[in-house]
Amino acid sequence: MSGRDYLRETPSQTAGPYVHIGLTPNLLGTRVYPGDLGTSPIREGARGERITITGTVRDGAGMVLRDVLLESWQADADGIYPGGDPRGPADPNVTGWARIAADFETGEWRLETIKPGRAPCPDGRPMAPHVALWIVARGINTGLQTRVYFEDESEANAACPVLARIEHKERVQTLLARRVGAGDYRFDIVLQGAGETVFFDL
Amino acid sequence: MDSGPFYPRDRGWHPPAYTPGYKTSMTRAPSRPLVALGSTLSEETGPVFGRDMLGPRDNDLVLNFTGEPALGERIIVHGRVLDENARAVPGVLIEIWQANAGGRYRHRNDGYLAPLDPNFGGCGRTVTGADGTYEFRTIRPGAYPWPNGVNDWRPMHIHFSVFGSGFGQRLITQMYFEGDPLIARCPIANTLAPEAREALVAPLDMHRAIPMDALAWRFDIVLRGRRQTFFENRAEGL
Ligand SMILES: [Fe+3]
Repeated sequence: MSGRDYLRETPSQTAGPYVHIGLTPNLLGTRVYPGDLGTSPIREGARGERITITGTVRDGAGMVLRDVLLESWQADADGIYPGGDPRGPADPNVTGWARIAADFETGEWRLETIKPGRAPCPDGRPMAPHVALWIVARGINTGLQTRVYFEDESEANAACPVLARIEHKERVQTLLARRVGAGDYRFDIVLQGAGETVFFDL
Repeated sequence: MDSGPFYPRDRGWHPPAYTPGYKTSMTRAPSRPLVALGSTLSEETGPVFGRDMLGPRDNDLVLNFTGEPALGERIIVHGRVLDENARAVPGVLIEIWQANAGGRYRHRNDGYLAPLDPNFGGCGRTVTGADGTYEFRTIRPGAYPWPNGVNDWRPMHIHFSVFGSGFGQRLITQMYFEGDPLIARCPIANTLAPEAREALVAPLDMHRAIPMDALAWRFDIVLRGRRQTFFENRAEGL
């Protein structure tokens, strides 16, 4: 923004290695709040197909990040977002948001949720089902935005206006969670180098 | 509830991903350009947090761990959350974390020789009021050394995590303290251009200091703004 009536966004800084103190203190055993926020994006009774998404985040040297923290945001089974969707209220049992710390030993992260429905682009065309991810860690100066799509939604994926905007078509598959079992998906993120995940500026 | 598209992020104002002075970024920075599009509902909506989820001491790091006061210089950190249109943003969840007065974090991976303070947990949270204001009471964190260069030290800082009304506003940053000579020497602060770095330096605020009790520092936060759309025209693509 250069107009003088506007302010400039506060610039980002890395979350650093101790992000858990602030965002998941109970995971560290620090009891300041009754529980950590965002332990699940759904409550009992949420409509839709139950799924799990498991993965790791690897750096450009092939090392799995064990200090990474992710947040997810998604629509309900009908494609309605729980917070601020102008189209109306979402499934009351879908909060849509989760906070996921990778395992300190293995670096694995895991999200248990429901498969989201399709939400429209601003022009009305439907996006394919996806879960938005935001990734922070030591060494990441600005949180990275990506999306988990599902490989078994090939028809919806082929029609998704956001996926269509990825110029290098072979990179689309970095956004597709692999189905590894009934309702179980695998989504490994690569920050840099061969097989680098697509990150968005949205 | 706010809706509508966000202004694109000014990526030249944020730190670049690859900043060799901060060594860990070298293997964690994407090498391909970000895929840039206008925001969609997935970014324009976001989780909602109410003040009702807060405990009475959540924003008081001096007392919120054990009820006994933490050691160190008692301070107030306060400010407003605005958007790029200079409008107050209410209902923003702010979570902070920091080292204790000696520069030590209560974290399994921090092995710095400064001792833990048994009465300091190191985290706090609050939700902004209708006018976008927030306030914390805490102790001034100590500077601490970290493995990067041979003799790199972090300036005194408080980590801030901020939500807006949309997931696309999600931001983590750090607040520094006016006058700290370590800021200009810090490889993390220096991932930013000097003018942007300045936006993270909180000035001393004697008007909010509490005599015989606590100094105060003011830190205003600006989140992405939404385009003001009176005439909808979305013919071109997204
Ligand atoms: Fe720190």
